[in-house]
Amino acid sequence: MLRDVSTLDSQLPTEERAVRRVAPVQVRAPERHVMTPPTGDAADWVALVQKLRDTRDEAAFRALFDHFAPRVKAYLMKSGADASMAEECAQDVMATLWHKAHQFDPTRASVATWVYTIARNRRIDMLRKQRRPEPEELAWGPEAEPEPDEVVGLQQESLKLGRAMAALPEKQRELIQKAYFGELSHSEIAAETGLPLGTIKSRIRLALERLRHAMT
Amino acid sequence: MTRNTTTIEHHLTPALLMAYSAGALPEAFSLVAATHISMCDHCRAELETYDTVGGAILDTVESDTETPDFAKTMARIARADAARNAPPTRLADDVLPAPLASYVGGSLDNVKWRKVGGGVKQAILSTDRDASARLLYIPAGTAVPDHGHRGIELTLVLQGAFRDEDGRFARGDLEVADESVDHTPVADEGEDCICLAATDAPLRFSGMLPRLAQPFFQI
Repeated sequence: MLRDVSTLDSQLPTEERAVRRVAPVQVRAPERHVMTPPTGDAADWVALVQKLRDTRDEAAFRALFDHFAPRVKAYLMKSGADASMAEECAQDVMATLWHKAHQFDPTRASVATWVYTIARNRRIDMLRKQRRPEPEELAWGPEAEPEPDEVVGLQQESLKLGRAMAALPEKQRELIQKAYFGELSHSEIAAETGLPLGTIKSRIRLALERLRHAMT
Repeated sequence: MTRNTTTIEHHLTPALLMAYSAGALPEAFSLVAATHISMCDHCRAELETYDTVGGAILDTVESDTETPDFAKTMARIARADAARNAPPTRLADDVLPAPLASYVGGSLDNVKWRKVGGGVKQAILSTDRDASARLLYIPAGTAVPDHGHRGIELTLVLQGAFRDEDGRFARGDLEVADESVDHTPVADEGEDCICLAATDAPLRFSGMLPRLAQPFFQI
């Protein structure tokens, strides 16, 4: 398992590493923002969530926060929340990320996907004042964790899907966005996205089979 | 959970899965989706694929608002840490997967059934009003009144099995019926059948007796 996040450190400028080791109290200083991994490098987000899970590392959380918190807030506002409600909710979503880091399964979801599901559930609680029934959780126990190459494979497929999404014709992309921002009713939603979903689905299915096997 | 996920033959449609992923389903339909997916890894993989589309949208959403407050978020985390007690006890029994169990007080024994005639019993579940959900108890060998409907009706088998014009449905199988379907489900001999059913429009019954029974269905 990718519990070893030393690779993260090696990506930082030497100076920055020194600062972190010598004076960890400075983690809130603004210059720490150079820690933010390059946008779209999904593997780095996975390492940060695992670091958060294993050591409650506030700097790792800050890097995740800087990337995802504004996006969650924007998603909530596009879904009909006003600014103050979206602010409250985004804070709550990020706090959930902190508390549920152990539930994240990188063989089945990118960090963006995981954050999306938390934000969506919170949006339903908040805007529709109803709870969202969720499937039973399936999680890797401490004794059996997923293989690193499966993690990398899934993360790469998620990136590919993001790129395919960006390459869609404008109208098609807008229609999918409308569905996910809650602008379409369930009877208006057609699942034909024009996206190549087959490969990522096969990977998730395989990950579920391995997980079921590990659980029995 | 007594489930061999490979024996399920009737699944959620791609449109329902995407709508569930997008958060666009009424609560009653979400309940059926969550309960089916708890038993069906085929649909779980489909759902998580549509969630990936949601993740891609979240990652590229344009943000022109103020960044959320980091210090307040950390304070929120500290408060939640302090308030944290034992993890909530997981509800589920051999018949009801967790999402459904939480709607009926934890287990099948707590369901408050009402008779609706012909040995059939039902229990209306409390959901938002955009659609309704109920548990149905159909004694072995019994037919449910012939009915057509407006809108969509989802029927998920939890115990036993039934047969209708569309085939045989056993535990975990989900029937998705739209306006074009007029069906008469009959429970298999041998075991009483329990189903979770949800509809986004009132049922209309075609026979005389069932019409009299309709007020008791409360939908």
